[in-house]
Amino acid sequence: MQGYSGWKVFKEGLRRQMGWRQAWRDPVPQESYDVVIVGGGGHGLATAYYLAKNYGIRNVAVLEKGWIGGGNTGRNTTVVRSNYYYPASAALYDHSVKLYEGLATELNYNVMFSQRGMITLAHSRHDLEAATRWVGAMQLNGVDSEMISREEIARRVPALDMSPAARYPVWGGFMQKRAGTARHDAVAWGYARAADSLGVDIIQNCEVTGMVRDASGQVVAVDTSRGRIRAGKVAMTVAGHSTVLADMAGFRLPITSYALQAFVSEPLKPVIDTVILSLATGVYISQSDKGGLVVGGSLDLYPSYAQRGNLPTMRNVLGAVAEQYPSLGRVRFLRQWAGIVDICPDSSPIIGQSPVPGLYLNCGWGTGGFKAIPVGGTLLAHHLATDEPHELARSFSLERFTTGALIDEAAASGIAH
Amino acid sequence: MTSQTFRLRSGGYVDRSRPVTFHFGGKTYQGFEGDTLASALLANGVRLFGRSFKYHRPRGLIGAGVEEANALVQLGSGGRSTPNVRATEIALYDGLQAQPVNCWPSLGFDVGGVNNLVSRFLAAGFYYKTFMWPNWHLYEGFIRKAAGIGKAPTEDDPDRYETRFAHCDIAVVGSGPAGLAAARAAARSGARVMLIEQDSVVGGSLRTDEAQIDAMSGTLWAEHIGREFAASPDMQILTKTAAVGYFDHNSLVLLETIGNEALCAADPAVARYRLWQVRAQQVILATGAIERPIVFSGNDRPNIMLAGAVRHYIARHAVLPGRKAVIFTNNDDAYRTAVALSDAGARVVALVDVRSHIAPDLAQQMASRDIPVHAGSAIIDTKGGKAVRAARIRTIDDRSFWIDCDLVAMSGGYSPAVHLFCQAGGKLGFDEEHACFVPGGRAQQARSAGAAAGRFTISEAVSGGHEAMVDALAELGFACDRPVPACAEERQIMPLAPVWHVAGGKSKAFVDFQNDVSVDDIALSARENFVSVEHLKRYTTLGMAADQGKTSNVNALAIMASLTGQSIESTGTTRYRFPFTSMPIGSFAGRARGALFRAMRHSPAHDRHVELGAHFEDYGGWQRPSCYPRSGETLEAAERREARTVRQAAGMFDGSPLGKIEVVGPDAGRFLDLIYANTMSTLKVGMVRYGLMLNELGVIIDDGVATRLAEDRFLICTSSGGATRIAAWLEEWLQCEWLDLDVIVAPVTTAWGVITLTGPKARAILTDVGTNINLSADAFPHMSYKEGKVAGIDVRVLRVSYTGELSYEINVPASLMALLWDRIAGAGVVHGLTAVGVEGWMLLRTEKGYLHIGGDTDGTTTPLDVGWSHVLKKKSDFVGRRSLLQVENQRSDRLGFVGLEAVEADVVLPISAHIIAERPGGIESDGYITSAGFSPTLNRGVALGMIRGGDRRMGEIVSIRTPAGIRKAKIVNPAAYDPEGERLRA
Amino acid sequence: MLLIHCPWCGPRDEIEFQCGGQSHITRPGPPEEVSDERWAQYLFERINPRGLHRERWLHAYGCRRWFNVARDTATHAILEIYPMNHASAQAVEQEGQG
Repeated sequence: MQGYSGWKVFKEGLRRQMGWRQAWRDPVPQESYDVVIVGGGGHGLATAYYLAKNYGIRNVAVLEKGWIGGGNTGRNTTVVRSNYYYPASAALYDHSVKLYEGLATELNYNVMFSQRGMITLAHSRHDLEAATRWVGAMQLNGVDSEMISREEIARRVPALDMSPAARYPVWGGFMQKRAGTARHDAVAWGYARAADSLGVDIIQNCEVTGMVRDASGQVVAVDTSRGRIRAGKVAMTVAGHSTVLADMAGFRLPITSYALQAFVSEPLKPVIDTVILSLATGVYISQSDKGGLVVGGSLDLYPSYAQRGNLPTMRNVLGAVAEQYPSLGRVRFLRQWAGIVDICPDSSPIIGQSPVPGLYLNCGWGTGGFKAIPVGGTLLAHHLATDEPHELARSFSLERFTTGALIDEAAASGIAH
Repeated sequence: MTSQTFRLRSGGYVDRSRPVTFHFGGKTYQGFEGDTLASALLANGVRLFGRSFKYHRPRGLIGAGVEEANALVQLGSGGRSTPNVRATEIALYDGLQAQPVNCWPSLGFDVGGVNNLVSRFLAAGFYYKTFMWPNWHLYEGFIRKAAGIGKAPTEDDPDRYETRFAHCDIAVVGSGPAGLAAARAAARSGARVMLIEQDSVVGGSLRTDEAQIDAMSGTLWAEHIGREFAASPDMQILTKTAAVGYFDHNSLVLLETIGNEALCAADPAVARYRLWQVRAQQVILATGAIERPIVFSGNDRPNIMLAGAVRHYIARHAVLPGRKAVIFTNNDDAYRTAVALSDAGARVVALVDVRSHIAPDLAQQMASRDIPVHAGSAIIDTKGGKAVRAARIRTIDDRSFWIDCDLVAMSGGYSPAVHLFCQAGGKLGFDEEHACFVPGGRAQQARSAGAAAGRFTISEAVSGGHEAMVDALAELGFACDRPVPACAEERQIMPLAPVWHVAGGKSKAFVDFQNDVSVDDIALSARENFVSVEHLKRYTTLGMAADQGKTSNVNALAIMASLTGQSIESTGTTRYRFPFTSMPIGSFAGRARGALFRAMRHSPAHDRHVELGAHFEDYGGWQRPSCYPRSGETLEAAERREARTVRQAAGMFDGSPLGKIEVVGPDAGRFLDLIYANTMSTLKVGMVRYGLMLNELGVIIDDGVATRLAEDRFLICTSSGGATRIAAWLEEWLQCEWLDLDVIVAPVTTAWGVITLTGPKARAILTDVGTNINLSADAFPHMSYKEGKVAGIDVRVLRVSYTGELSYEINVPASLMALLWDRIAGAGVVHGLTAVGVEGWMLLRTEKGYLHIGGDTDGTTTPLDVGWSHVLKKKSDFVGRRSLLQVENQRSDRLGFVGLEAVEADVVLPISAHIIAERPGGIESDGYITSAGFSPTLNRGVALGMIRGGDRRMGEIVSIRTPAGIRKAKIVNPAAYDPEGERLRA
Repeated sequence: MLLIHCPWCGPRDEIEFQCGGQSHITRPGPPEEVSDERWAQYLFERINPRGLHRERWLHAYGCRRWFNVARDTATHAILEIYPMNHASAQAVEQEGQG
């Protein structure tokens, strides 16, 4: 892998950038691989990377129907955090945050993980009481979370309406200082380059059209727009398209796909230095390093694969920004888009064995998949390599829907994912 | 004050009788009404408008409208300051203030210009390859300060935004020749038509370029149709209205500009913008086309402009963008710019055409104006710092020479504005002849016409618009009553020669001006295998600036196509997204601000609480009194006083937000048995029973009492947060699952106000108020119901208690609630009656250990967790029953509901504190305190909570993690006060 | 914005409605005869197709009645609207004819 560094940037600057090489190859798909990963987003690429890096399994292909990182990985609002309520979730997401902390060095790619903190606003007595409970749980889970006062919030977020007469007055809130944002495309590209350099074949413009099963019912190959590819094991990391693939293999998932909209404003000089979520409106806002304000909110509440969303949600979300950040009303909103999020009944992921032998799942991340890319890849790679769930993945198997052992973060904490 | 040395003496649509004074970059200028900020500055000889994002290169205007990429300004000041506004879209008004952005200390001398000197090191994506050691945080602050263009205002936005919904039969977007022809065809058809135009006048390109339609000039024809429209009640023209979005089922989103900063500041009733949502049955997209720059070295210096924009400034604003011009083109259209410049008195010192064959009539036209034409040639470089001053021409025989100029007008062809078409879901095709993407067929109910459809002549636009309307009318059953407009014969256009990049030259050749993306960056992108257009865009940030690639996208993907050897069509475009042009965040809120933003609900007796000096809080969307502090009292002291008074004398509480739903019909009892976890069908008439409602996961979603009013009639109460939710829940089951049940559900929450009179003196007070109801304990026992008169008003009274004292929950018609409140308050004075707010109320029920659903329980709590295991004894099925049988819900280590008593008498355990246990893995949470407070009656703290193992741990001493340190507590019966319930049955 | 034709009120904008998710889900019972798998299937399994989806909609801010809609989840085109107690628009037709 061609190393990246400030020195190289300087050298290549003198050479008119002529010495840079391909970040990843464009290999012709082979007839078979030990592991085929369907879905070239962050989770799929990370899985391939960790298979090669942690287990030496390099005869791996990542099949992406479009261009890598083109799904939810390229459409999210880039928030990374681990302030979760249940011990199992806290352990999972905090492991991811720890991996993010070392990711740029590990991948030799600047993913721009900025730990500028995340503040969750409490707008009522009940909010504050709930927040206190959540913070207590998080601290007991070993996650850096603390209550913060109104005064501290006002100091950190001058644009926020702190007046007691506001419709949702700010009573206080809680903060995770290690939370923040990362450059989403860079995460995908960083993993892709590293995986490719370890021998993984990343195959774009390759759509899986069917799963091939042998007499025992095991998945042994995938049919694609570029031919049939045999596989020792197949993993699905396709987020909102999980049920489409599951359908090919003949089983159902507890997943419904929805459009989650996101918005960016025109670039501005720094005005918002942290990530802020309002419990009352469900709207969260941060400012990218290029200067645009990035805003997210709630789902358009009907199933959709359209990746767009409609005006009512937009008005709810941007209307809330105008009300809670009254000085930002004149800032111009530049672009809106949406991903396809795979919502699970308990808003927790599904990692592990599918009902079909030879087929493995990493899905159900819903609106919270970006922050979990490193841990999702780690856990799925572990399962693929050892046929056993990783310790952190044990609570997140598909079986929990039959036993009733749901990990319902929203029910316990009400924090939007 | 500089004078307008580049203003033509006559012509244009500016009003020379109305001069306007304005300020830009600290200097004062004059212009005219009808100018844009851009045209006025241009008239004053200003060439330098801003500094580019990354390299801080000096930049000038490139366009005349929405496609402008460089001239972004900070408009206004203070609370009315708006960042990043295109100077070409600001209608000039007297007193206008604007500042250039992204430069310091000034536009002329910008420290950021050092970036330009080191630009070779700042290639696309360079920041992914460095800034990693020791970590990103070291560099981030600096990068963030350097990034961004304008400044967000620091004061609240004072502007008013409005919203409007409209419906029409046919919406026509764009009022150029195609749009006007379409609109004209619909006149007198009976169809309701909306014509939407982002400019302040109709006409589009007819206002810039001459045409002859229906034997009159294009502008007269446009004005004629405009007048016909204005006179017709079925037709509506919206000008200064940009169609920014096309959503599902033919809904369009428009942004209308109404007032400017001055008007809005003078009169707050004047709105700044109006957001329209229009539903049309048919749509005609006549949105025109956007000219493409040519990509050549040094193509970004100030006063290198799109050729069509040059004509626009001359024709619309009577402004001469330069006196010594060079034209650079690959098509016939730019020759019109040469003519316009020459006719306006400028010298066109060279017309450079990449095509080796020029149309003879054009050659003749240029010759007659003494304009030297260089066929088969190209501009390969330019010179000039704050403005272009020379261009280097390479001729067909490979000679090259420099020529002095102060303006370069370039045209690389036109790209149809297909944004709305694509938003609607339409697919594009590539038109090789015109080298542009065109709409492929229809999208939803939209047809494209004119330049938007890749039809660039006037007659094609006019006939296309007309035919599109005829088709649209026919689909709706209307007819067009007039023939196609007659157009004067136009010259035969020679095809353009696509030229996506002119090689040679030392300076950078820019593709995306705003984000400083050059051809070298595209080549780098290809070199590193970021070849898909989406990767190209994200890696180089091409097309991601405020102009969203309007002038750069097609050039970029064509260059990438040539680098990868793919066809342009297969390379494709990036996705066109809402909005077409940026819009203020405030426009989405519209009038839903302040009191109209997520309106708060109020009790019918709200005014009484205000008069009593209540302190209000938001409880589930209702504004309710938390307490009624007397003068000098803290809120906490008020809460305790109210609670104490209830137990010693009496209290009155406004329970109006409590949900009330009547369930009526022969199957009412059967239905309620399915909905409640316990049995309701056995309830006798006149009796009241508390119930829990579950969802299918077995989780408690609400609680409340049910009263049997008659054999086939129940009144059920829900929590105040559940009023709407539970009524909908009941309806859903009846309409979707149990359609055979003969039941009606009637929500009556807002029909009734509720005053709960509670305490040992309650009976006496009610008697004094006057009632015909027999209040004796035998006649009216606890958990029963009576109808009758209180204070002469027909009421419903439930004897239910959330406080643990004798309680009468009086349901009074909402309109009479305030009256009854007064009567009760009056009668209660001598008995020591006090008003009780929600917090005092909650303290009382906490003393009694009564559940607060959503407080003590959350989205995981089942009835088995709160001591309701008897529900499983119920024989019949109910919602959630099967889930209660699941293994997970039967576990003995689930969190269960208990009371907690601090071991140390003076400790008040805090709400939300965790109960902790030491386990091999470390300290874990074993549960938490859900309700707590200081009981003024028991004179100590009381607490309720959920603990692992629940009431199996009765009597155990546990550790509580509080901010003040670990405190010990005993697990006790939740009912700290009167556990036998004797006071209830008084 | 979706335009939904409420069978009782006529065509109305999306903001008046709420989606109830996949339709034609049979509630299994009696509880004692339902296996854990079957119950989990009822609670959680969904087809979630990319394409034609039969789903329930409620005219929440209008007549407050439920009805069925067959809608394409990729294009949002609405193909059928039919009452709650029928399997499809075709079934309604057939019933009408029968």
